[in-house]
Amino acid sequence: MRTTLKTIKIFLFLTVLTGIIYPLLVTGIAQVAFPDKANGSLITDNHKIIGSILIGQSFDSAIYFSSRPSAVRYNPLPSGGTNYGLTNALLREQVENRRQQFITFNQLDRTTEVPSEMVFASASGLDPHISPRAALLQVNRIANARNYNNEQKTKLIECIDSLTASAQFSFLGKERINVLLLNLELEKISSTLKQ
Amino acid sequence: MTTQDAILLILFISILAGLTPVVGNYLFMVFTDGKHFMRPVLGWLESVTYKFAGINPKEETNWKTYTSNLLLFNLIGIVFLFVIQLTQAYLPLNPAHLGNTSWHLAFNTAVSFVTNTNWQSYAGETTQSYLVQMLGFTVQNFVSAATGMAVLLAVIRGISRKTTDKIGNFWTDLTRTTIYILLPASVVLAIVLAGQGVIQNFKTYETVQTVEGSLQILPMGPAASQIAIKLLGTNGGGFFNANSAHPFENPTPLSNFLQMLAIFIIPMGLTYTYGKMVGSLRHGRTIFLTMGILFLLGLGISLYSEYSSNPIFGNLPLMEGKETRFGITNSVLFSVVTTNASCGAVNAMHDSLSPISGMIALINMMLGEVIFGGVGAGLYGMIIFIILTVFIAGLMVGRTPEYLGKKIEAFEVKMAIVAVLAPSLVILLFSAWASVSPVGLAGLNNPGPHGLSEILYAYSSAAGNNGSAFAGLNANTIFYNLTTGIGMLIGRFGIIVPVLAIAGNMAQKRVTPLSSGTFRTDNWLFASLLTAVILIVGGLTFFPALSLGPVVEHLLMNSGLTF
Repeated sequence: MRTTLKTIKIFLFLTVLTGIIYPLLVTGIAQVAFPDKANGSLITDNHKIIGSILIGQSFDSAIYFSSRPSAVRYNPLPSGGTNYGLTNALLREQVENRRQQFITFNQLDRTTEVPSEMVFASASGLDPHISPRAALLQVNRIANARNYNNEQKTKLIECIDSLTASAQFSFLGKERINVLLLNLELEKISSTLKQ
Repeated sequence: MTTQDAILLILFISILAGLTPVVGNYLFMVFTDGKHFMRPVLGWLESVTYKFAGINPKEETNWKTYTSNLLLFNLIGIVFLFVIQLTQAYLPLNPAHLGNTSWHLAFNTAVSFVTNTNWQSYAGETTQSYLVQMLGFTVQNFVSAATGMAVLLAVIRGISRKTTDKIGNFWTDLTRTTIYILLPASVVLAIVLAGQGVIQNFKTYETVQTVEGSLQILPMGPAASQIAIKLLGTNGGGFFNANSAHPFENPTPLSNFLQMLAIFIIPMGLTYTYGKMVGSLRHGRTIFLTMGILFLLGLGISLYSEYSSNPIFGNLPLMEGKETRFGITNSVLFSVVTTNASCGAVNAMHDSLSPISGMIALINMMLGEVIFGGVGAGLYGMIIFIILTVFIAGLMVGRTPEYLGKKIEAFEVKMAIVAVLAPSLVILLFSAWASVSPVGLAGLNNPGPHGLSEILYAYSSAAGNNGSAFAGLNANTIFYNLTTGIGMLIGRFGIIVPVLAIAGNMAQKRVTPLSSGTFRTDNWLFASLLTAVILIVGGLTFFPALSLGPVVEHLLMNSGLTF
C-alpha cells in the first residue's frame, strides 16, 4: 500500500512537471520569441485571416496556380494522404487522369513531362509547395485567363523566380515554391497593372 | 539521388557519429550520479521529487521489486490516460469541443503511449483535446522513454556488478532520466522547432476564408512541446494525423533534419554510455558499428528501391505520400531512421512507399528494433541478441559462454528466448488471424499483396512498440484496437520482464577473469557474428510472411500488375 501511494505521488509529480509546467514554459518562450510562428504563421489581408503560409489551399480556378493533389482536399480536419500502395489500380488511374488533366488545363503539348508532385497526392494533404517547374508550366494558362500582356507575363515569371525557396543551407530539402504566396502575388500584379 | 542528397546523408551520419561520445558521456555522468553541468541547474528539482513522493534515493532493490515498481507505475499511467480520454468532453482545454473517445480507442491509445509505441488509431486534430495531448500523451512520452532507459540501466548494473541482488532504484532512474536528460533536451528542441514554425499555443481552431472563398479550419494547439519529446523519447505519436508530414508539425527541411537527429541521438549515445559503464569502450563501439552497418544496409536498399523505375509509373519520381519540401531522400531516410529507432514518427506515408522500401521499414521493426532502437529499449533488445550470439559461439567451440566476465547459463538463454519469441508470436499470430477474419480484412485500404503488408505492418509496429503505420489500414475498430493493444503490451513487457530477470540473475554471479580462451566481444568477428544472428533469427521467423506481402508485390509491380 505504501508503494502504491509512493507510485501515485511520483506519477502526479511528473505529470505536473512534464504535462503542465513543461508545455507552459515552452509556450511562454515561443510566444515571446516567435509569436507569429507559434500561432500558425497566419496571413492577414485587411485584418482578415486568409490562411497560413504553412498550410496549402486548393485552387480550382484557371486564374490561380494549382496546388498538389490532396487526399483531404486541403481540409485540415484531419490531415493525411491517400495511403495507396504503388500496385493499387486506383492510384495508377488517378495519376493518369491527373497527368492528362494537367496537360489539358494548362494547354500544354501532349508529350510534356508533368512534374511528379502534380500527379501524386502529398503525405499531409496540406502540402503548401510545388516545384518551380510546376509553376512555370502553369504561367501561360494563367496569363491567358487573366488577359496579361507580355510585360505582365514577364513580371509573373520573375515573381516565380523570386519566390522560389532553394534548399536550406544548400543541402536540406528541395527547391520549392509556396502556391498560396504565389497566388497572392498574382493579385498584386493584376491590380498594379490595371491602374 | 543528387550531390545534395549525398551531402545530406554524409552530414547526417557524421554529426551523429561525432555527437555519440559527447552525449554518451553526459548520459554516463547522469546515470552514475556524477558531476555534470545540469546538476547545479536542476539538482533541486530532483530532491523535491524524492521529498514529495517520499522516496529514499539511496535505497536499492532486487530485480523483483524493481520490476513490480515499474509495472505498477506503468499501470497507473494506463489507467490515468484511459480515464482522461473517456472524460475529455467534461474537462478543460478542449476548445474544439471534441467528444469522449470510445472505450476501445481509449484502451488502445493509453496502452500505446505507456508502452512507448504511440500507435495511433485516431487523428489527433479531430479526436484528442489539448488536455489529453499534454497531460496524457506528453507526460507518457517522457516517462515511457525514461522507463526504457531505467530498464537498460538495471541491466547494465546486473552485468557490471558481482555477487549482489541489488540492481538499482527504479524511482531514481526514472527521475534522473526525466529531469536531467529528456526535459532539458526537449525544452531546447521545442523552442528551436517553434522558431521554424511548429505551432505552440492554446488558441481555438482558426477558421479562415481561403483565397478562393471557401472555409478552412486550421487546427491549433501546444504542438512543439509534444513534438520535441516525441522524437527525443523515440515515442513518435504525432500531434496531428499526418504526424511529421504535417506542415505545422515539421514545417521546414531544417526542422526535418533536426527531427531525424533527435530520434537517433540518445540511442546512439547510449552505446557509448554502455561501453563506459561495463568497462569496455571497445565493446560499446562494436555494438555501435554493428547497428551502423545494419542501418546503412537498410538505408541503401530502401533508397535504391525508391529511386528505381517500374513499369507502372516509369521514371516518374515516386512522390505519392511525400511532401515537396522534403523530397524523396529525406522521406526515405526518415522512414529508415524511425523504424530503426522504434520511434514511429513519419514524414511520408509509409503505405505509399515502394514495396521494398516498405519492407525495409517492416524488417527494421521485425528485427526487434535493435538498430540503435528506442531509448533504452534498443540497447536492451540488442543485449538479448548478444546473449544469444555469445551462447551460439560458446556452443560452436564447446565452452561455457561468457559475456563481460559473467557466465551465460541456461536461465539467461531461456529468458532471452522468451524476449525474442514474445513479439514474434504477436506479429505472426495476430497477422494470421486478421488476414483470415472478416473484421480484420474490413480495415484494408489496399487490395492485393499490399493488403497483407498493411496487416503485417500494423502488428509489427505494435509488437515492436514502433507506432508508425501503413496508415491506410482503418485500425479504429474494436478488433484492431484490442489486438494491437494486447500486442503492444506483450511486445513491451514480454521483453522488459525477462530482461530484468536476466539482470537480477547476472548481478548475483561472480566475475571470471579474462583468459586467452575467452570469446572476445569487442572485435569485427563478434560484430559479424552478431549481425548474422540478428538477420538469421529475423529472417527465419519472418521470411515466409514477407515473401507473401512486399516481396510478391515487388515482383508483380515489376511485371506491371495492379489490383
